[in-house]
Amino acid sequence: MVGRSVLKAENLGKEVSSPEGPLTILAAVDLDIEAGDTVAIVGPSGAGKSTLLALLAGLDEPSTGKVWLNGAEFSSLDEDGRARMRAQQVGFVFQSFHLVPSLTALENVMLPLELAGRRDAREAARQVLAKVGLGSRVQHYPRQLSGGEQQRVAIARAFVIQPAVLFADEPTGNLDTATGARIIELLFELNRASGTTLILVTHDQNIASRCRRHVILEAGHVVS
Amino acid sequence: MKALRFALAVLARDIKSGELTVLVLAVTLAVAALTGVGFFTNRIGQAVSLQAAEVIAADLRLESTRPIADSVFAEAHRRGLNTARTTSLVSVVFVQEQSQLTALRAVTAGYPLRGALRIADRPFGPGRAVATIPQSGEGWADSRLIARLGIRVGDELTVGATRLRVTHILEYRPDQGSQFVDLAPTVLINEGDLAATALIAPGSRVTYAALFAGDRDAVADFKLYLEQHKAPAERLLNVEESSQQIGSSVKRAGQFLNLAGLVSVLLSAIAVAMSARRYARRHLDVVALMKCMGATQNFILAISVIELLVLALAAGIVGTAIGYGAQQILAYIVRELLSGTLPPPSFEPAFMGLVTSMTVLTGFALPPLLQLRTVPPLRVLRRNLDPPKLRYAATYVLAVAAVLAMIAWVVRDIDLTRWIGISMLLTFAVLYGAGHLLVLSLSGLRGRVGVAWRYGLANIARRGRESAVQIVAFGLGLTVLLLLVVVRTTLLQEWRASLPPGAPNHFFINIRPEERAPIEKFFADRQIPAPELFPMIRARLIEVNGNKATALPGLGDRGRGFAEREQNLTWTPTLPADNEITSGHWWRSDELGKPLVSIASEYERDLNLKLGDRLLFDVAGEPLEVKVASIRKVRWDSFHPNFFLVLSPGLLDNAAGTYMTSVHLTPEQKPLLVDLVRQFPGVSVFDIDRLLSQVRDVMDKASRAVEYVFLFTLLAGVMVLLAAIQSTRDERLYESAILRTLGASRRTVLESVAAEFTMLGLLAGALAAICSGTVGHLLATRVFSIPSSLPLIFKVVAWGLLAGALLVGITGTWAARSVVNYPPIATLRQE
Repeated sequence: MVGRSVLKAENLGKEVSSPEGPLTILAAVDLDIEAGDTVAIVGPSGAGKSTLLALLAGLDEPSTGKVWLNGAEFSSLDEDGRARMRAQQVGFVFQSFHLVPSLTALENVMLPLELAGRRDAREAARQVLAKVGLGSRVQHYPRQLSGGEQQRVAIARAFVIQPAVLFADEPTGNLDTATGARIIELLFELNRASGTTLILVTHDQNIASRCRRHVILEAGHVVS
Repeated sequence: MKALRFALAVLARDIKSGELTVLVLAVTLAVAALTGVGFFTNRIGQAVSLQAAEVIAADLRLESTRPIADSVFAEAHRRGLNTARTTSLVSVVFVQEQSQLTALRAVTAGYPLRGALRIADRPFGPGRAVATIPQSGEGWADSRLIARLGIRVGDELTVGATRLRVTHILEYRPDQGSQFVDLAPTVLINEGDLAATALIAPGSRVTYAALFAGDRDAVADFKLYLEQHKAPAERLLNVEESSQQIGSSVKRAGQFLNLAGLVSVLLSAIAVAMSARRYARRHLDVVALMKCMGATQNFILAISVIELLVLALAAGIVGTAIGYGAQQILAYIVRELLSGTLPPPSFEPAFMGLVTSMTVLTGFALPPLLQLRTVPPLRVLRRNLDPPKLRYAATYVLAVAAVLAMIAWVVRDIDLTRWIGISMLLTFAVLYGAGHLLVLSLSGLRGRVGVAWRYGLANIARRGRESAVQIVAFGLGLTVLLLLVVVRTTLLQEWRASLPPGAPNHFFINIRPEERAPIEKFFADRQIPAPELFPMIRARLIEVNGNKATALPGLGDRGRGFAEREQNLTWTPTLPADNEITSGHWWRSDELGKPLVSIASEYERDLNLKLGDRLLFDVAGEPLEVKVASIRKVRWDSFHPNFFLVLSPGLLDNAAGTYMTSVHLTPEQKPLLVDLVRQFPGVSVFDIDRLLSQVRDVMDKASRAVEYVFLFTLLAGVMVLLAAIQSTRDERLYESAILRTLGASRRTVLESVAAEFTMLGLLAGALAAICSGTVGHLLATRVFSIPSSLPLIFKVVAWGLLAGALLVGITGTWAARSVVNYPPIATLRQE
């Protein structure tokens, strides 16, 4: 499964200004992630895990360095340019699910397809929801679903566009152990089935150990 | 295309989820308010312009208070012009014991020369054009006369000394003047019957008109001829001048109604701004997510703009439809003030509906939505990241520009726009300040009430700014409605109160000199004290200090009227009781018979006169020069005979044209009027009671129309309230959950909500009571010069408080009740 480079970072760094002067959150990160790989970004709180994820996904602009997705450099693009890149190739799963409360499960999953202008959004979304085991709950609103079910909807939403890279930010952080385990199972299963590259941020050693590759961060630096 | 499809899908979902309900309702209401008024004024305007061409029922019209010489008609015929005559006078007509002051119009064959008479089969029914005039013995009565006398076609009317049968209902005549006519309904009769009525005697107040029409050039030539040859007291009217006059007064009334509608638009706009802000706030996360999924800034912008456009279009169409319905009701309310039916409205106001919805949404909803495009996608990871703040100045500039554009659209006058804009802003600012003070005044109350009330009051204080806006929004609607009540009630009460018991309630004019003794005897025979008879003669002002009166500089409308038209003169040795000398002095006994005149202060002001000025009058063809000896302030509302011009007695003693007098008659004595009119057909009777009740009727209907327009303002206040409740819904849910977790019962939480809105309503009512009371008092004392009534002010305060508390209390509690019913655990789980 693992093969050519899909995501590459060189000398990636982020500085922010603070009352005490510039603060380095992330420094000199070099990474080369191959297609279909599973990568865990781990480290203690405040180590810069989420910042690295945001930079790799193009949600934020780096202070130094560059990022390539499928060979195209996108860290120097403006926000709209990066957005277009994400639209075609990137999926997300968040700790707090980020479902749109006013939309049903089905409509939430349809959202990225509609943004891409796909006419078969409804049917495609229905199929993915069935795959995550929610085929009978498509018309439910997020508030009518349990935490685990909400995260399944979020996973369905992330996979529905068949992204090249799926970023997951503490995907089980808001779930109990048993539910979390089932969610991770689902994530890896879909990853295997679709050949998506999975990059997840976690501080759960059990989850991290299921990934093929580990990026360990401490105080903004990659230590291994 | 992609953005369009996506935007429509998002819009459908937003509407389904109720996110946009208040916003859509508010815009629709704004459109309905303005188009309702727009359609109505459009119909009136159309009626006026339809009439404009035929407003004088001829191409050229000569009017005079004296019969127009036959030579004028002969000259017109010689030039190949068509002619007709009308004779108009006001008289009381009877049906058995029932009487009604009526404008009588006698016409000759050929009338009208331009336009056509229209008759109807039932009162206020549709009319059809006819090419004839009433036959001898017939009277065509208008719908109002039919309604007021409660008669039917075929009944007989007593007109002066003769009887005429009502054969048709007169729906329209071309020269009926403005659509809003004077108090008297009309009867059209044949000129041949005029003599039999015996209503015309020397000195009667009659208007004679000669109508001319024909070939354009011939008319133009004849106009030049008349300008040179007409008698000084004759007025020459042509189509353009007359239609301009009507047009401008109707335009002013229309502008007023439109501005009233605009107040509702402004309040609705506030509601729109509030709900758009909430919408934007609630969509920060969704937009961040969408950006995360690849949506660009332009895509987000396009969605917002498309959503707004679709909303504007939909609200524009629905609002316009509602406005159309509202306009029908408005026309129904004032139907009795209109002579004839109104033409259907044109489509122009519908266009105004779209402009309104566009402007309101662009000015007030677009700025918060623009903010959405700059939401950073990183917000999905860090929820504390907000979009860069919109510069407030930019937002307000857009809103103010939108408001000014709407005002300019309505009034179509730059200066007026500026003034209205400034005064509206000031009014809002003052009211907002007052609202704030009222909110602050609550703090002292909190320690002294139970837990539910304390929590409710705390909520008002905590959301101070929003609370003040809500108080203003509601207060404004209530203020206007209360003010209308105050003004109407005060005026009518005061008019009645200023008539002490036994004050004259009937006027008799056109009493010929030889009728003086018989009239006195008539009253004496019926045990009624002999009234004082005032001599009256018509005179026209020619010169002031040797300068031509019509060429005096700086004359207003009324001044010109004084200079151009004939006035009634009287003379008396004693100063009338309700007159007060403000400068100069009343004639001493040695000044009787000297050429002196005492003028009313209105006459002084409108003609820019002063003591000692020399006035030259034309009195029945004879010149008379008099010196201004005194200026009088006259209480016209005393209902005693009063005159602008009073001469020293002895000057014209033998020249009196007619006499007038006033008498008090009890209801039991009224039937004697029938005898009086039969015995003295030339004497005109004015029944003040009836006149007052007619005035009240007109005021009632006109103010009901205005009240109706301001109901929209109140509804707009409801919109602001709903928008405010909606924008605090998430906070309220959370607070309710916390309170209930801490052990508060549902009932306690509901009570606190009720307490909050009842108090808000009380404050809005207090604001309305203060404003309407103050403005009402100022209007009464400064404008109408009557004492304001304290009990009425108290009543208004009570009504204001009650209406505010009930309206806001019930609406607010109802709208916020779902917050209380929502399970607290669901709320807390979502946080």
